[in-house]
Amino acid sequence: MAVDIYKYLREDKLPHIWCPGCGHGTILNSLVRAIDQTDIDPDKTVVVSGIGCSGRAPGYLKFDTLHTTHGRAIAFATGIKLANPELNVIVLTGDGDGSAIGGNHLIHGCRRNIDLTVILFNNQIYGMTGGQYSPMTPTGAVATTSPYGNIDQDFDLVDLTRSAGATFVARGATYNPRQMTKLYKEGLEHKGFSFIETLDQCPVNYGRKNNIGGPTEMLDWQKEHTVPASKWEKMPEEEKEGIFPLGVIHRKDDPESEYTARYQQIIDSFAKEDE
Amino acid sequence: MAKGDKVTLANSGWCKRCGICVHVCPTDVLKLGQDRVEIDDIDKCIGCENCELSCPDFVLKVVKVNE
Repeated sequence: MAVDIYKYLREDKLPHIWCPGCGHGTILNSLVRAIDQTDIDPDKTVVVSGIGCSGRAPGYLKFDTLHTTHGRAIAFATGIKLANPELNVIVLTGDGDGSAIGGNHLIHGCRRNIDLTVILFNNQIYGMTGGQYSPMTPTGAVATTSPYGNIDQDFDLVDLTRSAGATFVARGATYNPRQMTKLYKEGLEHKGFSFIETLDQCPVNYGRKNNIGGPTEMLDWQKEHTVPASKWEKMPEEEKEGIFPLGVIHRKDDPESEYTARYQQIIDSFAKEDE
Repeated sequence: MAKGDKVTLANSGWCKRCGICVHVCPTDVLKLGQDRVEIDDIDKCIGCENCELSCPDFVLKVVKVNE
């Protein structure tokens, strides 16, 4: 089943700029395999990103791509989808871009349940600007702006997007690329707002500062700190601390509540009045 | 993944020597060379594709080998 992933990549732009061992490349690798497994038309696919390391991702993909302003990827993507509802719109965003600067766009995208596939690269740090703590940096973790340990609490984006109204919520991790591909595929095929958080390693700005180690040690860390969602539900509360459930966390199939579908209903109602 | 498939270095020049492929390989086929990943013992390769799927730099590819 050899997949020709190179046909989805702008090979002249490779090798990419990401650091050795960065998980962003693995996410990109899994994403193109997921796109290959679906029957979506590459000519009707738009990939949108904001700013940050994750913002570089669409530059390596051979689709119509848009590299937008910081945090506004979902806002731009909403405009694209509403203007052209037949397009498949994929948003690639980072933890800082998606949950801090663009946090409001994220929750309102979920609330509207617009048909976007949002993949959030969660490397738990602002990697590109030198390792400042982000809203996803765990409490106590060391970053350049928290040399004595981060005193903030981190977001649980899966819970946040679920309660904000996203109809497909999942979490993957770069240590398990097969599951990532499966989750991306389900997210791409889902009609409505799909949010897939992906745990990712930043060995340069996070791993070595927090004594986790290099890329391979960080993948082992992910393995030790994640459990399948089905097992997580049965775990006692005290054991859940610091452990992330992986897999599809929430799914609600309701294509009629999708934003562009509702908007089309309004347009159709006026067309009937004119007759 | 099929029987008889073997790993190849499709884009050796893109390798950044991060070591993820060596770590995920269940049969120690790969090793880190001076600057790039190298194939140490191709006979051990079982074609599982772990390295191809995990590689962040699109370096490795598991292909059918015609013997």
